[in-house]
Amino acid sequence: MEQIYLDNNSTTPMHEDVIAEMYKHMSETYGNPSSVHNMGQKAKVLMEEAREKIANLLGAKPSEIYFTSGGTEADNLAVKGAAYSGLKKNRNHIITSLIEHHAILESVHFLEKNGFTADYIGCDHDGIVSIEQLKKAIKPETSLVSVMMANNETGVIQPIKEMAAVCKEAGVVFHTDAVQAIGKIPVNVNDLGIDMLSLSGHKVYGPKGIGVLYIRKGTKITPLSHGGAHERRKRAGTENVVSIVGLAKAMEIAIGKIDQEQARMKELSEFFINEVQSKVPDVFLNGSVENRVKSTVNLSFLGVEGEAIILSLDIKGIAVSSGSACTSGSLEASHVLKAMDVDVLLAQGSIRFSMGKDTTKEQLEYTASVLPEIINRLREMSAAYKKPA
Amino acid sequence: MSRKNQDKHILVAMSGGVDSSVALYLLKEQGYTVYGATMKLWDYSDVGGQEHARADGGCCDLNAINNARTVCENLGIRHYVIDFSKEFKNTVIENFVTEYSKGRTPNPCVLCNTEIKWEMFLRYARGIGCDYIATGHYAITGFDESEQRNYLRRGIDCTRDQAYALWGISQEALARTFLPLGNLEKKEVRVIAEKAGLKTAKVAESMEICFIADNNYERFIRERTDKDIPPGDIIDEEGNILGRHRGVPFYTIGQRRGLGISNPTPLYVNKIDVGNNRVVVGNKKAVHSHEFTISQVNWVSKSPTNEPFDGLTQIRYQHSACPSKIVPESKGRLRILFESPQPAITPGQSAVIFDGGTVLAGGIID
Repeated sequence: MEQIYLDNNSTTPMHEDVIAEMYKHMSETYGNPSSVHNMGQKAKVLMEEAREKIANLLGAKPSEIYFTSGGTEADNLAVKGAAYSGLKKNRNHIITSLIEHHAILESVHFLEKNGFTADYIGCDHDGIVSIEQLKKAIKPETSLVSVMMANNETGVIQPIKEMAAVCKEAGVVFHTDAVQAIGKIPVNVNDLGIDMLSLSGHKVYGPKGIGVLYIRKGTKITPLSHGGAHERRKRAGTENVVSIVGLAKAMEIAIGKIDQEQARMKELSEFFINEVQSKVPDVFLNGSVENRVKSTVNLSFLGVEGEAIILSLDIKGIAVSSGSACTSGSLEASHVLKAMDVDVLLAQGSIRFSMGKDTTKEQLEYTASVLPEIINRLREMSAAYKKPA
Repeated sequence: MSRKNQDKHILVAMSGGVDSSVALYLLKEQGYTVYGATMKLWDYSDVGGQEHARADGGCCDLNAINNARTVCENLGIRHYVIDFSKEFKNTVIENFVTEYSKGRTPNPCVLCNTEIKWEMFLRYARGIGCDYIATGHYAITGFDESEQRNYLRRGIDCTRDQAYALWGISQEALARTFLPLGNLEKKEVRVIAEKAGLKTAKVAESMEICFIADNNYERFIRERTDKDIPPGDIIDEEGNILGRHRGVPFYTIGQRRGLGISNPTPLYVNKIDVGNNRVVVGNKKAVHSHEFTISQVNWVSKSPTNEPFDGLTQIRYQHSACPSKIVPESKGRLRILFESPQPAITPGQSAVIFDGGTVLAGGIID
């Protein structure tokens, strides 16, 4: 049975060139970049080259790139680091949105339990976060605003440039979780005017366990891990040099192909949505049709539970998920779809198909062809589904 | 390998123990298309008792889920974790607490089999395209042409037999059930597991009620009861006060230990009088009785009847079924009359009527 992988928002297969590059340095360049000897310095050179490459790809300076263990750590460092730093200026208020990844939401919950206050701004039915609500929520004691660039569940792209401008005017630090945007849409930190940005290696065909927090020069954050001068005292711990090399390579490849890949994704996603909707009644696309990373297709199948669809597809060799991998397994409807005011019966039956570099039209055609049997079977058993008259 | 078997898709309920692992292995060897699934029924954060848990590896322990997953992965079989914790809480745990509060002694395994495994799990299986489920219970099922019913019989290993706890399964569900261990003995199952290199070959038996890991019923019930549970008197049949009880839910019919009463002959709980908040004790003879009724009856291998019939009745898991006459009464109840009196017929427990090893019917003792 051919395995069809339509869960690229959860993680991606590593690009072969990334593997080759990492493999080479795994055996050759094992020195500790903090060591003074030549073995260490070789590793340092390699790491700094990667930092420079990544900085260039984002329009940043190398000294603004901080390596972390991944997107989640970058988010934690950004949110908690800026919040604690803000206390020095008597600011203890944080703003984020209702549709963030849990790495952000739970970091903010943690801060709320530790004396900070927070506001969560909503979004419209298309899944776009409200700038008006943001403007109203900003207070003199606000230290940080964090809004994601592209949503992991729906792929909806947020008005980051506009929100960053609002924050700049108010003198508030603006962070964006760009984990699902990097390599899919062009990102330049200066064009966007953002102060901090998180990204992750394994979402762009790079290795797991590596990520970046971009911190604009002059933006103050309090470090969370202590134990060395690594990453200019912002993140202690011996750097994961081989993965850093892999991350730079992966970003270089993915960002270089954005235009070409997004055109392909647009075509594939339109084909897939049409194909499914023509074969199965009562299927709805969640989130904006236009303002969307096209590789993410979030569909709601009325009257059926998402989990049963996922398992049924898995048995057919097709890997998909509902919501983010971090929340699947719970039957709670997605917090993102809830914020978008998607009907609860539709939210429960939502499936995220996320395509990647290896996705083909044939795979999507096959996926669409097995769905009618699965959905019909589940709807026949469902009390919540009434056949259309 | 039979082509026909391959077309039968079976979801195997895997607890993470040796029995269900072997059940899965055997069905795979017989050429069926099998998938493994572990039900997550409860969480320590919800049911408590972790610090005094007897052993890890109870069925919903993380270890148990990991073991089941590993067994499947090593056999090249897909494995899923299904979260039924909400359903389990609302049915099995809710019933457990309510029954004890009424001075009755429930059997949560029976309810879990009937309501969770052969209802929700089976439904789930059918949703993902599996027409059958299988478990590692030691019992036998099949179709009886003459009765035109699906039958359920005791497994051949009389030390392991679990047919008693399966009396609540509907005919429709039995028709969709595989019990591959019914014709095996436990020691054979261990040998199969070891030969096949299953990771769970040496997993210890779980005997206690799975969701009370520390085996402390009293803690569990107290944590789930809003109001204070009042202590009261322990009396004898003449009404003489012999001592105090800690609350009626913490006593069960036939109980001898922990009464805190010194008496020349052993005393047993023989009645729990919830209305007057009293526990009545008596001598050994007093806890024996001849007859009782059951309700919520499920007819298994025998077609429903209004005519009296004879059968062997088992009144709890550790009881040898004894000769009895069964007389159907109104509202679907059955009256059971033992030939010789039996000890501690306990309201809330299951009574199961057998013909030899065949389960005819079962119900809950009134």
